[in-house]
Amino acid sequence: MPDERLDLLSALYRVYPDAAVLMNPQTAHMVIEGHSLMSQQKVPGVDMQARKTEDAIVVEITVAAGVRVPNPIHTCIGLMAPDGAQRVRLHVRLERGASAELLAHCLFPNAEHARHVMEATVEVGEGAELRHTEGHYHGPYGGIEVIPHAVVRVDRNGRYFSDFSLTAGRVGRLHVVYKVETAENAVAEISARVFGHATDEIKVEDELVLAGRNSRGLIKTRIAVEDDARSEVISITHGNAEGARGHMDCTELVRDRAVARAEPIVSVEHPLAKVTHEAAVGTVDQKQLETLMAHGLAPQAAVDVIIMGMLR
Amino acid sequence: MALLTVSALSYMVRDKKILDGLDLALAEREIHALLGANGTGKSTLAYLIMGCAGYLPSAGEIRFQGQVINTLPLHQRAQLGITMTWQEPARFEGLRVADYLTLGSAVERDPADSLRRVGLQPELYLERAVDKTLSGGERKRIELASVLALQPRLAILDEPDSGIDMLSTREIIDVIQALKNLGAAILLITHRQEIARVADRASYLCAGKIVATGDPASVAEQYRTRRCLTCDGELCRA
Repeated sequence: MPDERLDLLSALYRVYPDAAVLMNPQTAHMVIEGHSLMSQQKVPGVDMQARKTEDAIVVEITVAAGVRVPNPIHTCIGLMAPDGAQRVRLHVRLERGASAELLAHCLFPNAEHARHVMEATVEVGEGAELRHTEGHYHGPYGGIEVIPHAVVRVDRNGRYFSDFSLTAGRVGRLHVVYKVETAENAVAEISARVFGHATDEIKVEDELVLAGRNSRGLIKTRIAVEDDARSEVISITHGNAEGARGHMDCTELVRDRAVARAEPIVSVEHPLAKVTHEAAVGTVDQKQLETLMAHGLAPQAAVDVIIMGMLR
Repeated sequence: MALLTVSALSYMVRDKKILDGLDLALAEREIHALLGANGTGKSTLAYLIMGCAGYLPSAGEIRFQGQVINTLPLHQRAQLGITMTWQEPARFEGLRVADYLTLGSAVERDPADSLRRVGLQPELYLERAVDKTLSGGERKRIELASVLALQPRLAILDEPDSGIDMLSTREIIDVIQALKNLGAAILLITHRQEIARVADRASYLCAGKIVATGDPASVAEQYRTRRCLTCDGELCRA
């Protein structure tokens, strides 16, 4: 087992090569270690607050109406100690017509007996747009339980795109729960990409409620598991309004003794709504493998290309 | 010495003979067209030469550069210089065309140049993924570009013309000739006579046997009229 201990910045480089951006005064950021705010940079139009409570740290980010934040807002949240617990209550609000990209770096590089809980609420106001990218790095030990839960509301004509990724290092135990509701003409896309190894346990539950007329939604999940890892994907889409269109697309690649399960649930409660789904769970496609081997790649190298492409 | 020699090759699935004592030889830098109706064993022969999973000869021998390769794993055959394009090429989520065109290539080639040779504009394709957003024709062109980039000793092209519009026939022929100019021999599986005419020689496959080998025009004519000795002058069984 590696005995290297990473600091926060080194860990950040694992998931975000351009970590020096935190030094840029035009780029908003918050760095939180445990329940302490370590660093913060504010920019005009973006209000950011953090306060410590008895059992958590509460983070509030609000983008004022009509503000289009030019640079991504970075949140770097993690635990550097091998053990301990972190609970983050995150409230993100984009007011009417605002636009922002939120890059969340969640880092637990040394975790051996640790726990992280994220309870997030996200409000995307009328005509606003939020791109939320959440990159995780859990280190090499697999000794962490990570439970990110988010409830997202996308108002009329709003757009919300989220991308959760954990593709380097161990996962540990992960239980992602996202619930997104869209109003009229709103768009929501939720994607998750995770690579599990050893005895990692992955559970991803995404629920999309297309409540508004002509709202659109996509749930996209890409999981690869190897060794003795296990994954379970539950994707639910409700088509509850006229013209609502939803799609769920899940691929899980399974190797060695790993086990994967996918459960797509479609619920349509309006005759003019439509929800589709596709799910593929299984081993690496033989034709893909042979095509790459016909380029001279050894079988393991070919599998790596296929998996990392899928998780990209 | 021939580059590729296939001798008395048979391949059976349960009790059915798919290939039946087939003989074939390709010289260095030879373009050899393989014609035959659907189900006569053309693709099976390709898979056996390439070493695809589940394709082991029931009898006979495949030699490449004098070495018997019957049981050699696929990637090791590729490392010897054999490659193949499939009728329906695989698609890869998240794999950029630019990366795909440099995978496994022993020589450094500009992927943009490979794309231009197959009639695709690099600025429109290099950053795209080799995934289902490409049309069938685009995907096949990219597959041909990847073979150009690999510079193999032997390229097995399984119906490179299927799914590509007629206007592109000239481009496919140009690619095949470019491969030859780069030093490759080509086993060209096709149904189209105008494509087969680019070959130095052609063979006609019927019911798992080569029933005629010769100049492409006469073999193509034989194929067009479906005449072969195996079928006693009747229309070929397959």
